[in-house]
Amino acid sequence: MASEVHAAEGATGYIIHHLTPLHFGEGFWTLHLDTLFFSAVLGGLFVWFFKTAAEKATSEVPGLVQNFAELLIEFVDNQVKDSFHGHSKLIAPLALTIFCWVFLWNFMDLFPVDIFPLIGSLIGIEYLRVVPSTDLNATFAMSISVFCLIIFYSIKIKGPWGFAKELMFQPFGPWLLPFNLLLKLVEEIAKPISLALRLFGNLYAGELIFILIALLPWYIQPVLSFPWAIFHILIITLQAFIFMVLTVVYLSMAHEDH
Amino acid sequence: MSINATLIGQMITFALLVWFTMKYIWPPLFDSLEERKKKIADGLAAAEKGQEQIILAEKKAIGVIKEAKEQSSEIVTLAQKRANEIVEESKDTAKKEGDRLILAAKAQIEQEIQQAKEGLRQQVAELALSAAEQILGAEIDKAKHQDIISKVSNQLG
Repeated sequence: MASEVHAAEGATGYIIHHLTPLHFGEGFWTLHLDTLFFSAVLGGLFVWFFKTAAEKATSEVPGLVQNFAELLIEFVDNQVKDSFHGHSKLIAPLALTIFCWVFLWNFMDLFPVDIFPLIGSLIGIEYLRVVPSTDLNATFAMSISVFCLIIFYSIKIKGPWGFAKELMFQPFGPWLLPFNLLLKLVEEIAKPISLALRLFGNLYAGELIFILIALLPWYIQPVLSFPWAIFHILIITLQAFIFMVLTVVYLSMAHEDH
Repeated sequence: MSINATLIGQMITFALLVWFTMKYIWPPLFDSLEERKKKIADGLAAAEKGQEQIILAEKKAIGVIKEAKEQSSEIVTLAQKRANEIVEESKDTAKKEGDRLILAAKAQIEQEIQQAKEGLRQQVAELALSAAEQILGAEIDKAKHQDIISKVSNQLG
């Protein structure tokens, strides 16, 4: 069905169309409106749900909403307690936000690939890419924020000199200072890049496969998209979980004084 | 695909979300969780304590029951003893009363015998007198012979 609509552009055109964001502006100052819009809406959804639960929070028998919120809170708290041994008011809420927000981003992947672009085209929006995690800007925004926190806590806990010493004198001692520095810098910079690219890569590939399935004849589509969607339920949760756990691990590493 | 200003927008959104979660979402939910944990722990401790108290109370109850049984058997023994005493006492009183009644009856009988004797003596005296009168006719002066008559009647007693 979808392939008929875009028949003129061919399969490649259909794919490119689906992966082109709704953008505004030129050069660096381009804004991906769809990414900004959907991630803000999903963030709002997350905040609204948890705020509702928090307002009604009681230590008596919890309601359905509170129960679910507490389930997530407890899950995140256990993850944080497992890998982070310091005291921080930031890390647990940060981990919760990351897990829920990334999960909601990824969840957009499970909507049929043509639904939102179709609605968009009805109200005059030409391009619409609804999964924020298929936008490098979204994943990098998150991982760079985490990176900033890693640097901030490294300096705060170890002191500027302590952090510099760690960069220069580990792991091979002061005689191999340049190598140490190079190794450490690569190690640090690899953290945000791997975080962002892992999430982006998984979701981009997943979305691409959904689009490819949508190009097939209609009677084959369910056979392929159904198992792929089920598999994707695992993927989206796993990716959100990995992003959260790695953030906690990196931040706990930043807190550890050698 | 390129990195652009969307990044900055996303970072701002992310920062806001984290700030909001940290300030308004995490603390109340986490506190309520902790509070509930504490409540449950307290409840369990209280339940355990209650169980212990029940065991103690049961022991105490057994003791009390035993004591009560002992006391009641003591009371029963005492009561039986008292009952025996009362029976003995009443037997005694009854015997005494019977004796008294017998004595009174005997005294009355004695008295009645005396009365009957007195009556008989009188009648015999009168009979003797009237017989003598008849024998002697009007010659005997009653007033003159009063002494003799009373002597005779006394002999009859």
